[in-house]
Amino acid sequence: MALTEDEIFGKVQSALEDALGVDDDEVTMEATLVGDLGAESIDFLDIVFKLEKAFGIQIPREELSPEDILTNSQYVQDGVVTADGLAELKKRMPWADLSDFEADPKVQNFGNLLTVGDLCRYVGAKVND
Amino acid sequence: MRWFWVDRFTEFVSGSHAKGIKHVSLVEEAVDEYCPGYPFLPPTLIIEGMAQLGGILVAEHFLFDKRVVLAKVGKAKFHAPAVTGTTLEYEVHLDSVQNNGGTVTCTSHCDGEIQAEIELMFAFLEEGQLIDGPLFEPDDLKGMLQIMKFFTVAVDSGGNRYPKYEKLGQDVTSV
Repeated sequence: MALTEDEIFGKVQSALEDALGVDDDEVTMEATLVGDLGAESIDFLDIVFKLEKAFGIQIPREELSPEDILTNSQYVQDGVVTADGLAELKKRMPWADLSDFEADPKVQNFGNLLTVGDLCRYVGAKVND
Repeated sequence: MRWFWVDRFTEFVSGSHAKGIKHVSLVEEAVDEYCPGYPFLPPTLIIEGMAQLGGILVAEHFLFDKRVVLAKVGKAKFHAPAVTGTTLEYEVHLDSVQNNGGTVTCTSHCDGEIQAEIELMFAFLEEGQLIDGPLFEPDDLKGMLQIMKFFTVAVDSGGNRYPKYEKLGQDVTSV
């Protein structure tokens, strides 16, 4: 049975509260995982485990962390993601809002890209497929 | 002093769970000195004991090929102090594993009563991360596992008793 957006948000919110030790009112759709919620790199592994358990899904590492694109000289020049790289990222992460990143596509800016809303859309696409 | 915070394994089923016991003794410096006048095993060392059981449970799942480190203590709830003279019975269950980490849930019981509930996450060091090469020399790890009676109780993923592992320098051709 398909999950509603509210149901998905509730489970994502709960997973993030547990993984990051944040309060529920901090976990808004617009909040960024790194900048607003203070996620560190090791937390992403924890978040993945919690989402897999909560939704009964498998989350391959490359789907949430496209490191292979961001370290590929074909897609990155002088620390900036090229147009081809952006196209590849959009293909890989259709659920992510990349508009802010497109305005200043430095690789270093990618770390603070993901929002709670992105995660909800990613999970929604997997569970409601 | 070797950093052992489990006295011995009592049960080990590959990919499923591990059980072990820890006796709390007044002779242990950490027990005697942690809270002068009221000796008990510090909760952090109960977590360490769970991490040793859990880390081996996760590492064995990958035939000791991964460099497993404790990455995060998700939850830790202690219901009672682990006072001297008691025996803690640890039980660790493998929740999930990926190619870059794993999670376990753990309990500690004392005289049949729940003493602690803990969730742990392990990560695998990638090649070149922090240090090069294995975290343990194969003989050292094998020796530690022998001391903790791992091989006496372990059942591997094929259901075999007394398992052997190539990564521990054991001859696996006869298995």
